[in-house]
Amino acid sequence: MGATTVPLIERTREHYLNVRYGIKSWLLTVDHKRIAILYLISITFFFFIGGAAAVVIRLDLATPQGDLVESETYNKLFTIHGIIMIFFFLVPSIPAVLGNFLVPIMIGAKDLAFPKLNLLSWYLYVIGGSFTLWAMIAGGVDTGWTFYAPYSTTYANSHVILTALGIFVTGFSSILTGLNFMVTVHKMRAPGMTWFKLPLFVWSQYATSIIMVLGTPVLAITILLIGIERLLGVGIFDPALGGDPVLFQHLFWFYSHPAVYIMILPAMGVISELISAFARRAVFGYRFIAFSSLAIAILGFLVWGHHMFVSSQSPYAGMVFSLLSFLIAVPSAIKVFNWTATLYKASISYQTPILYAFGFIGLFTIGGLTGLFLATLAVDVHVHDTYFVVAHFHYIMVGGAIMGFLGGLHYWWPKMFGKLYPELWARISAAIIFIGFNLTFFPQFLLGYMGMPRRYHIYDPEFQVLHVLSSAGASILGIGYLIPMVYFIWSLRYGKDAGPNPWQAKGLEWTIPSPPTTFNFEEPVVVVEDPYAYPTDDEPTWPQPEEAHV
Amino acid sequence: MSEHGSLAHHFEDLEQQRQSADLGMWLFLITEIMFFGGVFAAYAVCRWMNPAGFSAGTQHLDVTLGTINTAVLIGSSLTMVWAVQAGHEGDAKGISRNLMLTILLGGVFLVIKGFEYRHKFHDGLVPGPLFHFEGEHVAGIELFMCFYFIMTGLHAFHMIIGIGLLMWLIVLARRGRFTKEYSNPVEGVGLYWHFVDIVWIFLFPMLYLLEH
Repeated sequence: MGATTVPLIERTREHYLNVRYGIKSWLLTVDHKRIAILYLISITFFFFIGGAAAVVIRLDLATPQGDLVESETYNKLFTIHGIIMIFFFLVPSIPAVLGNFLVPIMIGAKDLAFPKLNLLSWYLYVIGGSFTLWAMIAGGVDTGWTFYAPYSTTYANSHVILTALGIFVTGFSSILTGLNFMVTVHKMRAPGMTWFKLPLFVWSQYATSIIMVLGTPVLAITILLIGIERLLGVGIFDPALGGDPVLFQHLFWFYSHPAVYIMILPAMGVISELISAFARRAVFGYRFIAFSSLAIAILGFLVWGHHMFVSSQSPYAGMVFSLLSFLIAVPSAIKVFNWTATLYKASISYQTPILYAFGFIGLFTIGGLTGLFLATLAVDVHVHDTYFVVAHFHYIMVGGAIMGFLGGLHYWWPKMFGKLYPELWARISAAIIFIGFNLTFFPQFLLGYMGMPRRYHIYDPEFQVLHVLSSAGASILGIGYLIPMVYFIWSLRYGKDAGPNPWQAKGLEWTIPSPPTTFNFEEPVVVVEDPYAYPTDDEPTWPQPEEAHV
Repeated sequence: MSEHGSLAHHFEDLEQQRQSADLGMWLFLITEIMFFGGVFAAYAVCRWMNPAGFSAGTQHLDVTLGTINTAVLIGSSLTMVWAVQAGHEGDAKGISRNLMLTILLGGVFLVIKGFEYRHKFHDGLVPGPLFHFEGEHVAGIELFMCFYFIMTGLHAFHMIIGIGLLMWLIVLARRGRFTKEYSNPVEGVGLYWHFVDIVWIFLFPMLYLLEH
């Protein structure tokens, strides 16, 4: 090492952000870290579009007559909210941003296995996103994000094909990201980095990739069939012409239920890292958490039928799918119990990232347990297509996945940009998000249980109080999301330098400078330590301040 | 370890690079199986719901041409294997010669397929607004033709992509990029080509032979 030649490095150290400048150096980069930043910018853009649609929806629902927009516009709003949030924000969020940035670093590699493919994935995402935006500008689409046939194929008078094309193209972005991660984890690990030394975040990314690789192609062909049926007027999903609309539902949910785990599994991986770092403990039950990720990925493929309990599926199939859906609660619960066991009697440092982790555990538990209500045949018949379902999946998607994403972003932001954000503001916004979230979505459980159907524009006045509460919560939630946006951007310029390891956390990513250099590691990596090798309980858990006087 | 021109910066050695490329291609083929699997499943369900229509539809396919095409494709798999073998031996001329044979056979397949398509257009058997079926109408026959065009169309699309890839390989081979140590792309495209052939091996009996 040339220690003598680097005195100026602290001021002008070369890292992946300043190694080259100019738009071309970004648009043609093959550096996984720069591609992660490209994704971060693009998904944030889509998040705020999807969020804006949600704001209009909630404002409109403040009155039972729906005074703000026409019913037709309302349908387009909830469709675009769903499509953008699912396909253009949640699915790529943690994998494409945090996963892209961290997977190679965490396993001691210089890059993903296929850097050019990684860049191609981002371009596919952008192209798909542009089609969808184009469809929105051209007048929107009103089928709901689920595209149920025959409405989507025969009756809808909106831009179904254009939107479907956008999702089709973006799907390939997801497939290629998953493929890249799987090959990377198999083949690019540094010497000594055995499977059971992998951080749990990597395990969760791996499990997610399995779903992306196996599930997304089925969505692609389904969308293709929808497009062909709409164009040619043939009847694959039309009973009048010999087809079957339930066939569409089967194909659609074969991807779209596992897709829920594409969204939540990476967040679970983030939470494992956060809990361990701020409890200063090795994660309790490492192997259980690792294998529960795989179990969720595999079981997740066997539960799609629970979306069709009332769609003419046979009661026997319903019973099997109900049972399998209960089963998936087991690996999910294993994770929650292990996280709590890790926290038990730990000396926890209450900084922003773990606040999000706490939020995640609580909200995911509520979301997961209400999922069991929905997996129960008799209860599902009652609450099917009501706000109960809406509240359930928002507890998982927003309370789980977005909490995980924001927690991870707060935890790794100093690594990505080398800057600290203002801790006080971050804690305040975490609290605002938690309160706003619960105020938005808890009333929706009650609404659904009382019988308020989802996707209705005009509703019975008896539901108004709960709807107003929900809308009030949504505005709080919206503010909660804007604050981090502001202080993150602020920190890029004015934030304090983070140093290589601001949290004194374990993991290869904290052994290298922040921001990292283009090839991540200056010297070849050899891994000997277990993951989460924090001091045991007998040793002091936090660095003791130097005492000047005895 | 000596620097090899074909070793990308982020790999330790050629062996790691080769294994990664191999695994990547296999995973990609798994995604392809899921992709085709979706339409196969839809075909199975629709066939089960419209047995008479699908059976009647099968009668309108040309088994002779289908059989010839099957033989042509299997032949192209053979030449592809020869190309991969030439790659292992570092024989650049052998690679491009065998790849050209593969392209030729792939082209023959597509031309024959084109004649079949033309015939269907002529008979009005193309699903959509122009569909008109002469003779006794059986429910589901249009659906069968729809699946026929979707499945063989997707297959042909994959073949066209494959032919493009083969041409790219020939250019690389002529530039002397393949050596005894490095012929991953030939192997990867070879896997892809065989996969596309195997799809046809399933399509042929499902569309042409079942209840003919």
